[in-house]
Amino acid sequence: MLVNFFYTLKRAEIPVSIKEYLVLLEALKAHLAFADMDDFYHLARTCLVKDEANFDKFDRVFGAYFKQLESLEDVLNALIPEEWLRSEFMKQLSDEEKAKIKSLGGLEELLDAFKERLAEQEKRHQGGSKWIGTGGTSPFGHSGYHPEGIRVGGESRNKSAAKVWEKRQFKDLDDSAQLGTRNIKVALRKLRQFARTGAAEELDLDHTISATAKNAGMLDLKLVPERHNAVKVLLMLDVGGSMDPYIQVCEDLFAACRSEFKHLEHFYFHNFVYESLWRNNLRRQSERTSLYDIIHTYGRDYKVIFVGDASMSPYEISSSYGSVEHMNPEPGHAWMQRLTAHFDKVAWLNPVPEEHWGYTHSIGLTQQLIDHKMYPMSLAGLSDVIKALAK
Amino acid sequence: MSFTGTDNYVATKDLQMAVNAAVTLQRPLLIKGEPGTGKTLLAEEVASALGMPLMQWHVKSTTKAQQGLYEYDAVSRLRDSQLGNDKVHDVGNYIKKGKLWQAFDADERVVLLIDEIDKADIEFPNDLLVELDKMEFHVYETGERVQAKHRPVVIITSNNEKELPDAFLRRCFFHYINFPDKTTMKAIVGVHYPDISQALVAEAMQMFFDVRDIPGLKKKPSTSELIDWLKLLMADEIPEDLLANRDQTKAIPPLYGALLKNEQDVQLLERLAFMSRREQR
Repeated sequence: MLVNFFYTLKRAEIPVSIKEYLVLLEALKAHLAFADMDDFYHLARTCLVKDEANFDKFDRVFGAYFKQLESLEDVLNALIPEEWLRSEFMKQLSDEEKAKIKSLGGLEELLDAFKERLAEQEKRHQGGSKWIGTGGTSPFGHSGYHPEGIRVGGESRNKSAAKVWEKRQFKDLDDSAQLGTRNIKVALRKLRQFARTGAAEELDLDHTISATAKNAGMLDLKLVPERHNAVKVLLMLDVGGSMDPYIQVCEDLFAACRSEFKHLEHFYFHNFVYESLWRNNLRRQSERTSLYDIIHTYGRDYKVIFVGDASMSPYEISSSYGSVEHMNPEPGHAWMQRLTAHFDKVAWLNPVPEEHWGYTHSIGLTQQLIDHKMYPMSLAGLSDVIKALAK
Repeated sequence: MSFTGTDNYVATKDLQMAVNAAVTLQRPLLIKGEPGTGKTLLAEEVASALGMPLMQWHVKSTTKAQQGLYEYDAVSRLRDSQLGNDKVHDVGNYIKKGKLWQAFDADERVVLLIDEIDKADIEFPNDLLVELDKMEFHVYETGERVQAKHRPVVIITSNNEKELPDAFLRRCFFHYINFPDKTTMKAIVGVHYPDISQALVAEAMQMFFDVRDIPGLKKKPSTSELIDWLKLLMADEIPEDLLANRDQTKAIPPLYGALLKNEQDVQLLERLAFMSRREQR
């Protein structure tokens, strides 16, 4: 029973397990949902999907499956994200057409108008064929952007007629590309260093026994502070310009670090470190912190993690007055050397894929400055960074 | 016995299904959603609707899973041994029951709320896997095995500050409280303020959803904030027409403090209002 449905979900990369499937069957046996499609939809979702990010995928698979589109190909077609279709659509356009779209108020509006017209057309022609592929044409076929491609979900139809799963109200929450922060946090855990600091709350049994014995049997309690994570991290983030494509992954990393380390300080820089950095990106001009102050404030036991693509003109590292932003009397590499001389552990996370590093001269220069402790920004790279920092 | 919402709580159909599934199959229900959409309130309402007592376990960053089971007070036992107190011979006297134990031990079925599970350490949910699955645990000090007399209805809330491990998720039913649409919202307001004038509700709601639609707000106002705001509006007896022709007279909604909790958001709203006024000129 429902075995095919289960495997269809699995193929659509929704993380479902046998246990959850059995729970669903148990719930059906308990008559929680009986002969009612909406009830079954709610029940199946609460049993099988454990993350709102997967709700949209589930809605699509549910719709597709119960429209008897069982073959893998059709389901995969139904799973093509809307953005993809849109970019495919954009590719088909000539430059003047693009300009025309702009004058009409942007692609969004055009698509909306387009959808409305499509809905009318659908009513006149025939009822069904809501899903990609049912018409027998793939959205990537000869016509490029197939009009039915965008119709996944049937938004423009009369609202009351649309089934719950066809509303696809969780579309915004789909995050298939995103690396979950839990993975990052679990990786960061390895960097924990436990130390006993703070108020003494825990009973130290060994010490109590020996103190009591020395005290001729009179009880002498000894308490120790609880163990806390005492690792100190200084996070340096590159912002602006070439880092824009990596904002999301940097935010994830930052969010994970923030909740994982009690002693976390962060500073921003642009392309490379010079005589001053800033903490608040909105006030980067008015509130800057001198690099000397950073070196003098934070002890050498702070672990420094740079996050940046290290992709710039080599002069920005090697020459005085080479910075793109301001006049820097001393070259960037001098400041980097001061940092590495003070802090014991310095590592660099680079969101650029490792295989491309060889093509950018400035990445090589940076590598030399930080003793080749540069790692790609992936989970594997993150564990390497932690290994390097924990040594 | 099924849950369909209460006099003070509007439950959508999918939420009812999730609660009923969790109650019938005796498995924990994990509730996520924007802050202020009534996650914690749900447990209270489920308890009152099903006529069960409610036990609440509020999780903090320092909370350990063990504290939910029991705590062994070694210090007072040592002290009692020094004083020659007879209590000392039974280790059971020094074991303090946690919320989970109390819920397992209760004579009737209870609703157990584990609130804000994401606030605790990242390992916290993993430490409760067996306890929540089998509803039993072992007391190391006494060698006792505690088993639930009646499997409690466990409701767990999370604000998504930390992601929960897969193994934990597998054992729960899951529901995401979606932000209510306008009809549901009207029902919610009706439940809280039955005698509020219809015109005020309509105007306030329009404004509320307008504010929510502003792109770039740090913290969007949620249901509980709307309720608070309406309370303020009523207490202040703001004339209804003030809300209606706000664009000309006022820059931002009256008593906005209830809706917006962030000074950057207030500034953003003021800027937008300023820009729209300039355009009108």
